[in-house]
Amino acid sequence: MSIGSHTSDAHHGDHGGHHPSGESHSTMSGYLTGFGLSVVLTVIPFWLVWARPIEDGVVTSLLVILLAVAQIIVHMIYFLHMDAKSEGGWTIMALIFTVVLVVITISGSLWVMYHLNSNMMPMDNSMQMDGLEMKGMSMDGASDAGKNAPEAGASTESGHGDHGGMTMGGSQNGSGSGQ
Amino acid sequence: MENVIDGGEAKSPVFFELDEHEHEPGGSTMLGFWIYLMSDCLIFAVLFATYGVLATNYAAGPRPEEIFELPLLAVNTAMLLFSSITYGFSMIAMQNRNKQAVLLWLVVTAIFGVLFVGIELYEFAGLIHEGASPQRSGFLSGFFTLVATHGLHVSFGILWMVVLMVQVAKLGLIEPNRRRLMCLSMFWHFLDVVWIGVFTFVYLIRVI
Repeated sequence: MSIGSHTSDAHHGDHGGHHPSGESHSTMSGYLTGFGLSVVLTVIPFWLVWARPIEDGVVTSLLVILLAVAQIIVHMIYFLHMDAKSEGGWTIMALIFTVVLVVITISGSLWVMYHLNSNMMPMDNSMQMDGLEMKGMSMDGASDAGKNAPEAGASTESGHGDHGGMTMGGSQNGSGSGQ
Repeated sequence: MENVIDGGEAKSPVFFELDEHEHEPGGSTMLGFWIYLMSDCLIFAVLFATYGVLATNYAAGPRPEEIFELPLLAVNTAMLLFSSITYGFSMIAMQNRNKQAVLLWLVVTAIFGVLFVGIELYEFAGLIHEGASPQRSGFLSGFFTLVATHGLHVSFGILWMVVLMVQVAKLGLIEPNRRRLMCLSMFWHFLDVVWIGVFTFVYLIRVI
């Protein structure tokens, strides 16, 4: 899309570098429109949270997030003067790329860490013993004990010391039988 | 590529340019600065993600609804919003080559910026005084890191603005200065965009 517009620009007289400072975009009415919209889009979420006209917390949260996204778009258009054509479309390309990375970073982190949290609930004692035995069997060298310690160690802080001792013992047995 | 399409004549296709074509000085500055801003955006994305992950790790410490004050946040947000529009006025004055108006609006913008940072520091001081310091819990570590990184950006933006005021006062609205003012304009408005994320996801969502 943007690349197409760039080449068509190149056909009709060079648009490339006539405005190196990127001037000539801003108008008073543009800034005032942006400011007006921005004020409205700021006041509504504050009012939603402050006065709580909507009882439901989830609905309120979603509305607030939606308004924030709208306000970010308003700022992008009216204050940062984003459009699909500036710099031959490369600014919008960089923006789209960044938005993709931001979404992956934030949603990925929240998703992974949430599941890590819920799967790492403190285990009861018998489960912990099972897990440790399996680890001990699979060990080949004592150096691996350090690597595996955080996996189970993170689950229960109190079990951490025991775990280290057990693994060490297990790995020693393993290497002994091998020789 | 155009040569291939256009070339009905016996012209050998040109796939790349051997000679550097002419670049105006500063011609690619805006795009370069935009790419810097996008990388800065990733820093904030990582800090937002960190805050999000640590958001409920209170360590039996204070919770967001106990420590966040919405009136203070509203005033702070207003300061940044006003500074955005006054910087816009400065840009319009720059287009009209009105040096005095540019300087005046830059001073107004810088004052709003200083007020913003001042209110933020006042908020931080109050929180730390209440015992809600960065080392209290994961939630507060994430909160202080994210919000203070934004505040640090604003502080450096103010420093940059003061430097540019001196430059404009001394050298006038010459081409390099106009380019610098445009870069700072993008930086300043970008910080406002980040602040929208901060007041929504860090503050408002957490007190619902």
